[in-house]
Amino acid sequence: MTDKRKKGTTEEKRSKKGVFFRLCGYVLKYWYLFVPAIIFTLFSNQLSLMGPKYSGDAIDALAGESVNFAIVKENVLKMLVCYLVSALLSYILSVIMINMSQRIVYTMRKQVFEKLTSLPVGYFDTHQTGEIISHISYDIDTINSTLSHDLVQIMTSIYTVIGSLVFMWNISKPLILVFAITVPAAIIFTRYRSRLVRPLFSTRSRKLGELNGYAEEMLTGCRTIQAYNREDTVSGRFNLRNTDAMDAYYKADYHGAITGPSVNFINNLSISLIMIVGGILYMFSQNGTVQEGAIFFITLGGIAKFVQYSRKFAGPINEFANIITELQSAFSAAERVFAVIDEQPEPIDKTEAFELSDVIGRVELSDVTFGYTPEKTILKNISFVAEPGKTVAIVGPTGAGKTTVINLLMRFYDINDGSITVDGKDCLDITRASLRKAYTMVLQDTWLFKGTIFENIAYGRENATLEEVKEAAKTAKIDGFIESLPDGYDTVLTDDGVNISKGQRQLITIARAMISGSSMLILDEATSNVDSRTEMKIQQAMNRLMEGRTCFVIAHRLSTIKNADTILVIRDGVITESGNHEELLKKGGFYSSLYNSQYE
Amino acid sequence: MKTVFAYLKMFYRRMAVGFSIKTVATLSELMLPYILSHILKNVIGSHVSDIILWGGLMVLFSATALVCNITANRMAAHVSRDFAENMRKDLFAKTLALSARQTDKFTIPSLESRITTDTYNVHSFINMIQRMGVRAPILLFGGIAVTLFMDAKLALVMIALLPIIFVTVYFVRMKGIPLYQKVQGSVDNMVRVVREDSQGIRVIKALSKVDYEHRRYDTVNKELVGKELKAGVVMGSVNPLMTMFMNVGSVAVIALGAYFVSKGTSDPENVIAFMQYFTLISMSLMAVTRIFVMYTKCAASAGRIAEVLEAPEDIEICTKEEYPDIKTNAHIVFDKVSFSYNGKRNNLSDISFSLKKGESLGIIGATGSGKSTLVKLLLRFYDTDSGSIYINGENIRTISKERFYKLFGSAHQHDFLFADSIRENISFGRDLPIEDIERAAKIAQAEGFVSDLPDRFEHKLTQHGANISGGQKQRLLISRALAAKPEILILDDSSSALDYKTDAALRRALAENMGDTTLVTVAQRVSSVKDCSIIMVLDEGRIIGIGKHEELLEKCPEYREISESQMGGAIVD
Repeated sequence: MTDKRKKGTTEEKRSKKGVFFRLCGYVLKYWYLFVPAIIFTLFSNQLSLMGPKYSGDAIDALAGESVNFAIVKENVLKMLVCYLVSALLSYILSVIMINMSQRIVYTMRKQVFEKLTSLPVGYFDTHQTGEIISHISYDIDTINSTLSHDLVQIMTSIYTVIGSLVFMWNISKPLILVFAITVPAAIIFTRYRSRLVRPLFSTRSRKLGELNGYAEEMLTGCRTIQAYNREDTVSGRFNLRNTDAMDAYYKADYHGAITGPSVNFINNLSISLIMIVGGILYMFSQNGTVQEGAIFFITLGGIAKFVQYSRKFAGPINEFANIITELQSAFSAAERVFAVIDEQPEPIDKTEAFELSDVIGRVELSDVTFGYTPEKTILKNISFVAEPGKTVAIVGPTGAGKTTVINLLMRFYDINDGSITVDGKDCLDITRASLRKAYTMVLQDTWLFKGTIFENIAYGRENATLEEVKEAAKTAKIDGFIESLPDGYDTVLTDDGVNISKGQRQLITIARAMISGSSMLILDEATSNVDSRTEMKIQQAMNRLMEGRTCFVIAHRLSTIKNADTILVIRDGVITESGNHEELLKKGGFYSSLYNSQYE
Repeated sequence: MKTVFAYLKMFYRRMAVGFSIKTVATLSELMLPYILSHILKNVIGSHVSDIILWGGLMVLFSATALVCNITANRMAAHVSRDFAENMRKDLFAKTLALSARQTDKFTIPSLESRITTDTYNVHSFINMIQRMGVRAPILLFGGIAVTLFMDAKLALVMIALLPIIFVTVYFVRMKGIPLYQKVQGSVDNMVRVVREDSQGIRVIKALSKVDYEHRRYDTVNKELVGKELKAGVVMGSVNPLMTMFMNVGSVAVIALGAYFVSKGTSDPENVIAFMQYFTLISMSLMAVTRIFVMYTKCAASAGRIAEVLEAPEDIEICTKEEYPDIKTNAHIVFDKVSFSYNGKRNNLSDISFSLKKGESLGIIGATGSGKSTLVKLLLRFYDTDSGSIYINGENIRTISKERFYKLFGSAHQHDFLFADSIRENISFGRDLPIEDIERAAKIAQAEGFVSDLPDRFEHKLTQHGANISGGQKQRLLISRALAAKPEILILDDSSSALDYKTDAALRRALAENMGDTTLVTVAQRVSSVKDCSIIMVLDEGRIIGIGKHEELLEKCPEYREISESQMGGAIVD
């Protein structure tokens, strides 16, 4: 048990390290920006460290018997130059960093997106769109802000810490020993606290997430809640979650509230200790117990400067905890992004795979067995032949495996056993792209994107002309409607498609299928969201589309089923009946009982 | 804004205590540099015991700051916790109480983000302001006051600088905000392409359009990066500018200081002290601008929350004097009802009918003909523009919400199922006995598939009931509508996913078991309404045919057309 846990944490560490090095890889790719950025950081910091030195000199000059204007003037000018140049440098620095981080973000977004399009379609069935979007926007944004802000801050901090340490070392070595006690104390304390508090913060974000989830869920049902007058009950349940989330919030804050002030306290403590130890050393230096030049020797000015530098030194240490949390969230965001990038893509085509061309359209499935997971077989020993130009209707209850057959025909998934051939060629030997091109799909969920109607129809074939698009629209019986729109084929379809109805959307996708000119067709013809008059229109268009093509139809309408050359009844992944309408009715099985129910 | 901060009122006492403790903490921390300079000036070189004494005092003040800060921060967390809890509670209740028209106007996603993100923003601000809101002003104004007192002329340099810094930062931000809005627009574009493609991946792959999509995405990606760069380059100037102004200010103090010292109107010690205060003040100025930025963000959120909280009661319960009863023996009466969603084109015009108790009304018509709108008016999601609706002779505007909604059970096409047990989805918070639930499921033809589940009615649904099929969802929704034995049952296109066999069985069971219930059915299939007492055919918001099935077949050509087209409709789900 303990062994296991240990292993878990080391693996975690390794993966954290991996994420870190991978991120470094992105940064180093832009070394021509990153290297100047480091140089600019150093210069800008050095200049801002020099400013106080000149101001000290200027003050010395005016603190004398009479004011030495020449020296004051010289130092004031030096200060001005330092500060102006430093401001300019830090602006240029931030511009460089923004340029770099934007380039990295651009690459990451591109990589994630291109990976997404290469994934098997099953990925989109198991991952919600919202989740995918959050990787490509929020997670990458988190990485972006770390790269563009925190990176500079870390570099600055390191420079300041080392710089002030050098100054302090030069002033008094024994006083640095104070930090040998307090800095580790601060680090150990923050680490210990954060280990204690972190689970509280993750509980807090989990609870908040649950609360948000519940609010979203209930709001989508707000009309129903009103119709049943359940506002009070639902509010009551919401409040339980609200209290829960707020308690978790408070608990995390309550324990988290210790960290900041404690680190501050440790810093103040070190300054107090410096004063005490420094004061005693100064006394010994004054009364001659410690000789000038000895390691314990210190002057009054030395103590004052030491305190000033220790303040500079403590600043970044204070920020340490904050930066660590930000880095951690950036790392876990990067981890999620990399997880997408590392996702297994669709297996590549066989090296000897060939392009499918001049398709006649004879499809044969023999003994096909398939399951999405090894544990559960969805299709068992499916065999049938679709002759060129004929229609195969697939009928069966929900979940019987109808859609799975389509997924296999398109090679969205590869079969476990058996074979599928097109024109006698094994599908596994054909390139996926050419196989898919041989089919046209019209699905129940009409898919249109934001763009003109022309673009949406022409999507079916590269370089389709306006004439061809119009011709397809005419065949799909949607041209009249499109011409009636003020912008005609240039009408932009908006996201929610409010400007056209569901039926019209379906007709546009049929027009898109028309233009693609492939010899095989896959139809999922459910039209339950459309009223019957529109349905008739769609049906006519579908019939035109089916002419001369080998068709696979997930059939719902009786007329399609009746006219199909072969009807396959699939139940629980097995073909239980097959034949044409008359043959199946004679059999008196499941199909005939379904058919007769409409007359009850 | 006021509405939101009114929620703080009850915590004023607690906040005042917290502020006082925070003040003690801040002052304790301020004591440290004083003691420090005191030690440097006077104590060092005397006795070891004195050094230890003053050093010990520093430790003591540090400890006081520690204890006070922790206490104050915890109190702040407590106040903001209670504040957010109260406000979110009211906000949620108010959101549920909004009328359909108000919900349409706000839109559901926007209401969601008000309950989640906006409340969170305000919560964080209230928490932060209690932590930072004391320290920064004390340092800023205390610092200015002390310097004014010490050397008014030198202090003026600093005071002159403050407005310059403020105005510059303000202008840069003003320039930045529209740029960020443009960034947001590009983010939306980018997200849209990702959303479209993850929904249409099958089509994209089927048409081998992957490369095309890569190019499409690259365009929006480049556009977004370009806009972000532009905004970043403008906003990146804020910090260097502020630091530069303050540093230049300190240079001015030294230059002027030298002049005043030579004139004898100031002395070097003053200038040294001044420089130290200058750092202190500029740091707190930074903190104040940060608070200011957070405030603008919070104010925007608070405004959006207040919009909801202040939304007027839309659906009012009126008096019988305004809307008197009518004498009728009908259960439901529509009297010349007209309604429009947008106030321009009528979605329903001049609808009149009456329905006796136990009768049934079937409504049929094309998409957009006003079928669902009629049901929504009956449920008083919207008030009619003209004409009246009566139930048992009472105008529905006069019936209290509790009494009114008890009359109904309703199921709609894409109705609401939530992540909980099947039993709770049917009971829907009404604490119905299990017998009623089982009975309802039986009538709604849901019993079969529920009994097949290992844990039957305790089976958990996922969000939106995604783990059951469309037909199963509809059967559960109908069960919910039936379970409390309502006077009026509304089935708004709620059996479209059922196959003929199940639909027929459902009609039969309804007729047998719910004889007293008045039924309103909206459907697309003629077979679902053909046995109704009255069938209404709607077209563009008008009644174009009303009567029994046989009458309509004869009189109403549209009805006949639909009926004929549906011979051989769907036979499997």
